[in-house]
Amino acid sequence: MEIKKTSLNKLHQDCQAKFVEFAGYEMPIQYSKGVIEEHKFTRSHAGIFDVSHMGQLFIYGNENLTSDLEKIFPLDLKNLQQNCSKYSFLMNEKAGIYDDLIITKLENGYLIILNAACKEKDFEILNNILSKKYKMELSNDRALVAIQGPKAVEILNETINGVKNLTFMTGDWFDYNGQKLFVTRSGYTGEDGFEISILNDLAEEFTKSLIKKGAELIGLGARDTLRLEAGLCLYGHELDLNKTPVEANLKWAISKERLSNGGFVGSDKIINQIKEGAKQIRVGIKPEGRLIAREKTKIFNETELPIGEITSGTFGPSINGPIAMGYVDKEFSKIDTKILLEVRGKKHPANICKLPFYKKSYVKGAN
Amino acid sequence: MSDVKFSKEHEWITLEGDVATIGITQHATEMLGDIVFAELPEKGSNVEKDGTAGVVESTKAASDVYTPVSGEVVDINQAIVDDPAKINEDPEGAAWFFKLKMKDISELDSLMNKEEYDKFAKESSS
Repeated sequence: MEIKKTSLNKLHQDCQAKFVEFAGYEMPIQYSKGVIEEHKFTRSHAGIFDVSHMGQLFIYGNENLTSDLEKIFPLDLKNLQQNCSKYSFLMNEKAGIYDDLIITKLENGYLIILNAACKEKDFEILNNILSKKYKMELSNDRALVAIQGPKAVEILNETINGVKNLTFMTGDWFDYNGQKLFVTRSGYTGEDGFEISILNDLAEEFTKSLIKKGAELIGLGARDTLRLEAGLCLYGHELDLNKTPVEANLKWAISKERLSNGGFVGSDKIINQIKEGAKQIRVGIKPEGRLIAREKTKIFNETELPIGEITSGTFGPSINGPIAMGYVDKEFSKIDTKILLEVRGKKHPANICKLPFYKKSYVKGAN
Repeated sequence: MSDVKFSKEHEWITLEGDVATIGITQHATEMLGDIVFAELPEKGSNVEKDGTAGVVESTKAASDVYTPVSGEVVDINQAIVDDPAKINEDPEGAAWFFKLKMKDISELDSLMNKEEYDKFAKESSS
């Protein structure tokens, strides 16, 4: 199958990107500055991320759609205000996770941002559960551009006046060159920032205008170190069909209103796990010294019995040391528990630690 | 000091008397990206030609470091273990990896000179 390219591909090339294939797309892993400089620039200034490979699913409908989506997502969508977003999951009956997503209530329906590798399958799953009753559109004509970091609000507001009034996890339509953009204050770096849904034809010019104001393009390499420092899950690593939101320590994303009555796909399992406790749970892990423990590294307790596995591990540029996340048996999940990580045949000391590794700086509103 | 020789695994090597100094090439560091971890062989240990003699890790992945010749490890560069970013700064100078007392100096014969290596590196990365 031919590799897909986003509407910013030429701009990436012009900016000396190194490319990798990711979910069928040719995506920039880094630019000439390298992962560490790009990471630090995002934390101190503003980074631009091309996330056009992600799915932008528009579902159109009214109150019936809201009720039907409540049978799928563990959210109180009836009481969700228009233009407000929630983090959620698409699950199977066993509460295994098909995908994690951000859903935003629009005037005439919902916008759901899906992972690139899952988007087509998600579309099928949703369309089937909804019995094809609603108009669903997995957008091909829109790019998705994120701007993240302490300077993001200032830079973006110069280009799109008014975005500074959005608060974390809210969005709105804005005018840009006679076209409508949908902007949300959200992201995947632990920094304040925005995601902008924009027509493909305008994406390059729009991105260049952000660069002119001092933002820089950042690759997927730094996107990964940034999200890991922020303690955020990556689908296919922390999350998959064999993990539930309770095991992933994402109970906070399940609306309390929905836990008493259930009635969403996977609710029996979730309610049961919350009551009984999950066997394994996602934790933050800090290796001692400089050792990096990558995905699939086996985790042992102090008496060298296996207790889990790492799901993501790298060097955290803002922490200036190695960081990881993984799953361990519940009884070893307490902060400061001493564990061992087996890397290249040797066991190295590490500690369970609090997440996130890096303190988030979101601009929160009243809700 | 002798001329610099290069291996297909992207190590460089120089010889002074029977002691070889070994590191990884500029080209290797460009391929790896930012290096954030380095592990070196133990001083006093013996390593075999083409065997692993250390590890470097970038933000993305771990890679083995091979030794292009056999010998006893007589010195290691602790500075690059303490601050692996030094490897990106000066890979073919201050950021050498380890020194070996060579057993068989003829092992150098099969390695590439600078011109051959540059050609090899260019071809292998395209």
